[in-house]
Amino acid sequence: MLWLTCPTCGPRPVEEFRFGGEQPHVPAHITDRGQRDLDWAWMLDNAEGPSTERWFHEAGCRRWHTVRRDTRTDELLPPG
Amino acid sequence: MNEFVETLLDLTWPGAPEPKRSYDVVIIGGGGHGLSTAYHLATRHGITDVAVLERGYIGSGNSGRNTTIIRANYGLPEAVRFYQHSLELYQQLEDETGADIMHSTKGQLWLAHSITAARTERSRALLNTACGAHTSYVGPEEIARICPEIDLHGAGRYPVLGASYHVDAATARHDRVVWAYAQGAMRLGVHVLQSLEVTGLSVEHDRVTGVETATGPIAAGTVLSAVGGHVTRVAGWAGVRLPIRTHTLQAFVTNGYTREFEPIVSSNDLVFYVSQTARGQMLIGAEFDRQPSYSSGTTFAYLQACARKAITVLPFLAGLRVLRQWAGVCDVSLDFSPILGESGVDGFLLSTGWGTWGFKAIPAAGEQLAELIATGKTPAMIAGFGLDRFAREAAMADPSSAGTR
Repeated sequence: MLWLTCPTCGPRPVEEFRFGGEQPHVPAHITDRGQRDLDWAWMLDNAEGPSTERWFHEAGCRRWHTVRRDTRTDELLPPG
Repeated sequence: MNEFVETLLDLTWPGAPEPKRSYDVVIIGGGGHGLSTAYHLATRHGITDVAVLERGYIGSGNSGRNTTIIRANYGLPEAVRFYQHSLELYQQLEDETGADIMHSTKGQLWLAHSITAARTERSRALLNTACGAHTSYVGPEEIARICPEIDLHGAGRYPVLGASYHVDAATARHDRVVWAYAQGAMRLGVHVLQSLEVTGLSVEHDRVTGVETATGPIAAGTVLSAVGGHVTRVAGWAGVRLPIRTHTLQAFVTNGYTREFEPIVSSNDLVFYVSQTARGQMLIGAEFDRQPSYSSGTTFAYLQACARKAITVLPFLAGLRVLRQWAGVCDVSLDFSPILGESGVDGFLLSTGWGTWGFKAIPAAGEQLAELIATGKTPAMIAGFGLDRFAREAAMADPSSAGTR
């Protein structure tokens, strides 16, 4: 099972957290304003590998923090 | 029919064809959806210059990992009509193909343990009835008659207030569905090419003109992505961005339960579902893992949480042993509805966003996409499920019908 390291509470099981989505990222090649808004609102990198995402420690300190994680292995990565 | 009889069945495959350099239609992904589309292209539209490319063996992805539930009790009119059509195609599939897919109509009880959930299930029954699916709201007495194994007190914490009862809900053997479509398509000349991985798309002047494979490029008039688990990468080759997040969905089976357990039982509040396989094993699943993941690994934490929930309502499960646990990698769309049809790039179509609910849609999605490929026009039945719905601000949000969150 995945354990996340909360900056306040230390390593805690993923069941205590709420997933807040990947860090929004609109590719630079999309230049049209409307297309950028659409991409920001809906489209995802859904990375197969290192991913930067937001997590909310719902059953703990109730703070948001940023996690970098490999989505193939659940390995936690140093901030990139 | 059981697994032992199954192995005796005569599965005759024509010799594996040599891949041609060009096809009218190339379908990426030899699972249920890809093969169903090929089958319907060949049988309904006479289009047989079709190749289905599968990197493993057919049905080795999510088609071989799902929990085989066929139902139409969704929460949006478009979805109910679409899944009801699919359910009816499943009912006719054995007659149509001559293949025994072990289709078994069981009925599904979707239990409510709270006033809120009871309201949801009541409205589900009303909407389903209005849109042609057979669902009614039943109270505890009726539930006890349909499924005496259910503890109506819910171990004291989850009393059963009522349920929506979807009488047409069914199961079928997943491998056989895949084989039925593959054989039906191959008999008419479709190439099903296994162990052939697509490594890229050929794009010329903003149009997809074929696929790249380990053994060289294959040109195509139309390319359909019917992959599960890796659609973000495939669409990315064409420059298409998707509102899709990939999650792991786990499930497990117990050893055989000696008595017949007819219905499919799921719970709105607890989020789990239970059915009995043709072998008598109890098949149990619940929500997908909360972190996005491309891993098909399983966890003890899931097994424990899911077993605990199921036992709350079905105490007899506590006496069974866990036999096998597995996982699939699911492309979950952000509005919990499939993404079908045009991708925005010429020559490139999508069948994705099947998340944890794709098996039941295999016949209808294949039929509708085949019509789109053959006629060039999106059929009315799937018009609302296009990728363009997000730009039109017409997302088809239906998370409560997935039963997996």
